[in-house]
Amino acid sequence: MITSILSLAFLAQTIRITVPYTLASLGGVYSERGGVTNIALEGIMLNGAFGATVGTYYTGSPLIGVLCGTAFGALTVLIHAVVSINIKADQIISGIAINLFAVGITKFVLEILFHSSSNSDRIIGLPHLKLPLIENSPEIARLLGNPLVLLTIFVVIASHFIIFKTRFGLRLRAVGENPEAADTVGISVPQYRYYGVMISGVLAGLSGAWLAFDQHSFTDGMSAGRGFIALAAMIVGKWNPLGAAAACLFFGFAESLEIQLQGAGLPTQFIQMIPYVATIVVLAGFIGKSVAPAADGVPYEKEK
Amino acid sequence: MKLGKHLLHRRVSLPLILEHPITQNFLIPILAVVLSFAVGAIFIVVVGQNPAEVYSILFSQTLGSSYGIGQLLFKSTPLIFTGLSVALCFRAGLFNIGAEGQLQIGAFVTALVGMKTFGVPSYLEIPLLILSGMVGGGMWGFIPGYLKAKVGAHEVINTIMLNFIAAALISYFVTNIYNVPATVHTPPISPAGILPRFDKFIPGFEGSPVNFSIFVALIAAVLVWCYVDRTRFGYELRGVGFNPKAAEYGGISVSKNIVLSMTLGGAIAGLVGTNFVMGYKYYFEEGFSSGTGFMGIAVALLGLNNPFGVVLAALLFGMLDYGGLVINTMVPKELVSILQAIVIIFVISSNRIFRGIVVNYLKKRKLVVSEE
Repeated sequence: MITSILSLAFLAQTIRITVPYTLASLGGVYSERGGVTNIALEGIMLNGAFGATVGTYYTGSPLIGVLCGTAFGALTVLIHAVVSINIKADQIISGIAINLFAVGITKFVLEILFHSSSNSDRIIGLPHLKLPLIENSPEIARLLGNPLVLLTIFVVIASHFIIFKTRFGLRLRAVGENPEAADTVGISVPQYRYYGVMISGVLAGLSGAWLAFDQHSFTDGMSAGRGFIALAAMIVGKWNPLGAAAACLFFGFAESLEIQLQGAGLPTQFIQMIPYVATIVVLAGFIGKSVAPAADGVPYEKEK
Repeated sequence: MKLGKHLLHRRVSLPLILEHPITQNFLIPILAVVLSFAVGAIFIVVVGQNPAEVYSILFSQTLGSSYGIGQLLFKSTPLIFTGLSVALCFRAGLFNIGAEGQLQIGAFVTALVGMKTFGVPSYLEIPLLILSGMVGGGMWGFIPGYLKAKVGAHEVINTIMLNFIAAALISYFVTNIYNVPATVHTPPISPAGILPRFDKFIPGFEGSPVNFSIFVALIAAVLVWCYVDRTRFGYELRGVGFNPKAAEYGGISVSKNIVLSMTLGGAIAGLVGTNFVMGYKYYFEEGFSSGTGFMGIAVALLGLNNPFGVVLAALLFGMLDYGGLVINTMVPKELVSILQAIVIIFVISSNRIFRGIVVNYLKKRKLVVSEE
């Protein structure tokens, strides 16, 4: 078992599982740092996966597929933005409605376009870049040469700088921590909340696109709770990009382990629980308390 | 009358219109449902069907025959339980997204107790199984309630996580320990614990699975109403929901009420097993509930967190659930999920949208709008 964990195949599998978690989880960080709770990640991912599939299927171009995935993600999250920021309605309920909507609309259109309620036709995968150094291990080469993997690594590092080292990040955090103060110094709270929410839609849409290309098709409900794992990782990672990414890697590792153990005939359900139990434990403050941005989930009413 | 008087003065009080019970209790929920059907009509046109025809089939096949009504009632029963569960917690200011996990655990415990208690007479077995479901679900509601009261951990996140933990836990038990070999369901419960189907007594319901658990649901609705609106406990619960700081100051223990409300909410969700386990299949099956817990949130919202409103909303959503199957040959049945999602969005947005419409209308008529 030790050797199978140390194998490159295991590493590749861990990365494959971690990538979509990370993208969606970072999306959650942007949205919630700006003060908008986003439990719609699950639905955005699903619509993103659907967009990527449809885009690739009809144009034959994975690049357009990726763009469609992000566009579908952005469109989906736009509903959440309007309901949360403009209408100032309950953000959690909005998220639940969007998740429900995504399940319904993807199956609805799936039946119209592909005449199946369960899966789309096959799509081609993403082309991968040729990396010279690791050509002797094709699995890793394929994976690290995958533009989305590289993009994910880039986004993780960039997000850390954007959120903590730039003026944009400071303002985003300000509208999420203390919108009144931010408003007083002339930062538009709705504008920055929109930025946060829209970025989350793009990233979660991208995460969905990964799922579609990984599986070469769209299947009904294929996000399969990953949006919630991403949400869990965001909390365990204390709303920090690097923390969230580390939590995703840990969850990806656990899931990869679970797949290995399935062959060994061990009950894997207990490993499945790890992300969820970890979240509860962290949230309860048993191990390093995780505290949400102060105005997370609270609509901002401008004083008149 | 009041409204007319204000019109005479050419000065209209907005809150008087917007917060009027007729607006809040009838106009807005009905508007939300009508609007969502209107948006649904667009989807129907997109697939090349006639909305009037599709909707008339949806209504006639569900409400037009006793078989259809039986199906509707069967689909509504679990929604009444989860709607009540969410509504009760809402009244205490808590957001129970965990009804899905609570109902799973409750139904599983019901089945477990049922399969271990052969030979117990019906008049004991039925209450025992009902109670088992409540204990199972209540336990699952207690955890996030306790964590919220003790360390202030947000119940939304914890209930989401507990939903997944419940699913994994149950999956373990029904694939490894308590299953009929090669299936993911438990062995049957004792026949003494069965709640009979309506078609045993009324021939018109022939074939539809509606059963006596709907009476359990209706009794639960009455009890929740009595508890929340008519007792001292309910008064405290509402106080905590309305303003926890003031409640604490007034001598009400907020943490006690949080734990109690979540536990009760869980217990009510745990009653879903009466419909599926005791009234329909007579065993627990993995994945039997596809999102009933989440739909309970929509039901509670549309029912304005009032137990009788919840029953009405559950009937509507139950009708849509079965209606989806009826229209599936014309329009993909997922139309119904889309409708349900739109209802939720409209309900939470309608206060603002409605306000905008009213203000617009009054301004057009050159009336002075007052915020008081």
